[in-house]
Amino acid sequence: MSDDRRIARDASFVVALASIVLVAACATPPPPLPPPPAPEKRLGAVVLLPEKDGRPTAVTIRRDDKQVVLDQPYAAANVGSQSLAAYASSQQEVEQEFGAAIAAQPAPATAFVLYFVEGKDDFTDESKRLLEQMLQEVARRPVPDVLVVGHTDAVGTDLVNDALGQRRAEAVRSALIGRGIAAGDVRAISRGKRAPAVPTPDGVAEPRNRRVEIIVR
Amino acid sequence: MTRTLNTLGRAALVVAVLAIATHVFAAEIGRIKVAKGTVTIERDGGTVPATVGTRVQTSDRIRTAADSSVGITMDDDSLLSAGPNSVLSLERYAFDATTNQGRFDAALNKGTLSVISGRIAKQSPEAMTVRTPAIILGVRGTTFVVSANE
Repeated sequence: MSDDRRIARDASFVVALASIVLVAACATPPPPLPPPPAPEKRLGAVVLLPEKDGRPTAVTIRRDDKQVVLDQPYAAANVGSQSLAAYASSQQEVEQEFGAAIAAQPAPATAFVLYFVEGKDDFTDESKRLLEQMLQEVARRPVPDVLVVGHTDAVGTDLVNDALGQRRAEAVRSALIGRGIAAGDVRAISRGKRAPAVPTPDGVAEPRNRRVEIIVR
Repeated sequence: MTRTLNTLGRAALVVAVLAIATHVFAAEIGRIKVAKGTVTIERDGGTVPATVGTRVQTSDRIRTAADSSVGITMDDDSLLSAGPNSVLSLERYAFDATTNQGRFDAALNKGTLSVISGRIAKQSPEAMTVRTPAIILGVRGTTFVVSANE
């Protein structure tokens, strides 16, 4: 057999083979592929947002036996029907999904700390100025809630200091009602000696801890 | 042993005090500060409209319609705000303003929620949780957002 004839025969074999493949492809449907995995339903997401003062923060997400901890700004988790996967979100993405919820956030509480002239029921001059600022803050809010919190120094028991702080707070509450704040909008509570402005050992007298905090929210 | 009993006794006392506190202050656990569009509260089997100034109670289920949103300030200074088509349940809330001890369990049944946690979570990490039908979040003093699709 000459080389030419052999090439011709080989070529016709290839053409025949190609036709068979082509016909087969057209005539019979392709074998059914395995069904694609059902697209996972997105059940929601969690995104940790930055704190205003940049202090560290975290949120723990639990689902059955899985747990994910988010502890960086914009660290996020996607909750699927089968999965719980951590990822990095962004300010833009948060704005897109959560913009309306974030826009409805109430104004944060504002705190004013007022001091008494030692041994008297009267505020110091600086505190009188703060009181005016506080009243302006109340006026700015459409539905203000005012919380008057009495604090004491560390002389005496919790029982005694809780009562003392309460008396001090009640006196200020009455004064605020006298200045036009609705009685239903202002509450007086005491934290006693639990939250000193200046930490001291127990039993220490400290004028800077005898104060009233007014929280406007 | 005595020490264990003391701890248990104290824990029992805290629970009892919280139970009383919940009962006494059930009417005033927070207040709606922002309301846009249609916001309603499901309470005691009925539905009441919610507007700026409405006080919220434990077990309230707050619902926003399309193009609506709501913002709530809780007594512990927690701020919760929900976007459109959301359902937020205040399932359990107890707060002792003197000790800052408390417990807050909220649930986002659907929609979007933005949270800035308050004194309860600051005083006791994990004393505040937010649940969705799929997950449960333990809060450690944080600002975060969460969504729940139907």
